Amino acid sequence: MMIFSTKFHVIVGALTLLVMALGAQPVSAQQPTSVNPQASAVKEEQLFQELNRISGRCTIPDQKACTIEQPAGRDWRHFHQVTLRWIGGVVIIGILAVLIVFYLRRGMVKIESGRSGRTIVRFNGFERFVHWMTATCFVILALSGLNITFGKPLLLPLIGPESFTAWSQWAKYAHNYLSFPFTLGVILIFLMWIAGNIPNKVDIDWFKRGGGMVGHDHPPAFRFNAGQKAIYWIVVLGGGAVAVSGYVLMFPFYETDIHSMQIAEVVHAIVAVLFVAAMLGHIYIGTIGMEGAFEAMGSGTVDVNWAREHHSLWVEEEMARTGRTGPNKTQRQPTATPAE
Amino acid sequence: MARMKFLCDADRCIECNACVTACKNEHDVPWGINRRRVVTINDGKPGEKSISMACMHCTDAPCQAVCPVNCFFTTADGVVLHSKDLCIGCGYCFYACPFGAPQYPRVGNFGSRGKMDKCTYCAGGPEADGSKEEYAKYGANRLAEGKLPLCAEMCSTKSLLAGDGEIIAQIYKERVMKRGYGSGAWGWKTAYHETIAS
Repeated sequence: MMIFSTKFHVIVGALTLLVMALGAQPVSAQQPTSVNPQASAVKEEQLFQELNRISGRCTIPDQKACTIEQPAGRDWRHFHQVTLRWIGGVVIIGILAVLIVFYLRRGMVKIESGRSGRTIVRFNGFERFVHWMTATCFVILALSGLNITFGKPLLLPLIGPESFTAWSQWAKYAHNYLSFPFTLGVILIFLMWIAGNIPNKVDIDWFKRGGGMVGHDHPPAFRFNAGQKAIYWIVVLGGGAVAVSGYVLMFPFYETDIHSMQIAEVVHAIVAVLFVAAMLGHIYIGTIGMEGAFEAMGSGTVDVNWAREHHSLWVEEEMARTGRTGPNKTQRQPTATPAE
Repeated sequence: MARMKFLCDADRCIECNACVTACKNEHDVPWGINRRRVVTINDGKPGEKSISMACMHCTDAPCQAVCPVNCFFTTADGVVLHSKDLCIGCGYCFYACPFGAPQYPRVGNFGSRGKMDKCTYCAGGPEADGSKEEYAKYGANRLAEGKLPLCAEMCSTKSLLAGDGEIIAQIYKERVMKRGYGSGAWGWKTAYHETIAS
């Protein structure tokens, strides 16, 4: 009985020790497994909710590399691949369609009273040089620019990847270097024609009567009518916008971060396709849209009857001026009133 | 076919930059170009985290979409590679890339930034596998030799994992289960449109 009792106590004692040991274990453990040492660490999801990109510190000189993620690139991609192609396609094909329909219905706007055979100087040599320098640059810039957006789906399948890369490489160089004479041209256009392009009361009447193209009469206009003033401001403001955004793109990351670069590309692309559309309209009126218009920038002189129909107030001014200083190519007109 | 991916277990990265050094050395990457880099978020503060980042070889890669000359291609292993013969150095891939992977030899010089360079997943380029031309343009082609990218192979804490996406995701899941926490696979949602439950 004693033996049994002793054994019993030993077993009970052992069990008690075991229970105590088991119960004491959580107390004695230094690092319980249920604690997350990374609980206070930054989380990707949380950072995205707070910021549109995740940046940190990196040990290499290129600070752009310290941005670890910028999902905004996907928005830019969507703009460049989808939105821009729609805007560009609709605007450019749209303006071409409008011009074709307009030409079929209206035809070339003739000089109503026929040619007089006498001419008047409209643009001097310097003005024409600046115009054509800017225009030539613009055409090359437009084609090389459209190539970046529309070349891959339209031109690449036709000429193959090697030829397309060779052409695109040259187009890119042309685009970069011709931006300088183009910008100079825009500045010169701004300076040399600003005097005649300040909007005034005559323009309101001109727009109400639909000008010389849409309307069927000839509202009075000074040297530049309201439509030409619109083109002037499109060139100055649009040209300024593409120049500034273009130089940001040409000198990447000098003063900008990745977000600014994306914005610069968006601005550059949208302004550029609208610019191209506006210039298609300008080219139309200056060539097949209107009789007698091209020679203004061609030879620099226009027929007096053309000038009277489209720029009546300008002709009066000119006649008044040349009437005093003596006619060069222009005959004295009976209606011209001497300046004094 | 395997779908190759990178996974950086940010809870293990100790910012030793061995992956960066290994990459530079393996491919003779020139000065100024960093195919891989380690970025530390909240440096020196509680909750600091370091992540090794390079091209993630995205599904539906944005660089490939925006490239105006179509110089990118995705291999059967899901690796995004490009042709330096076709690249015109326009820089658009850098604007589109969520991870800042594309690198250019020159910064400006009137926009001629040279041929783009980026992580190839140690898989070279379009040239013949292991050829001199391939090495000169893109560096070593380890994948063709049956080896994984050196950055991950070198990683001392095995924070950076490379290999078939399903396998490395499984390894990561097991780690998270065992240790009880995980900050997730950084960049996976952006690159592959998926996350690993942690």
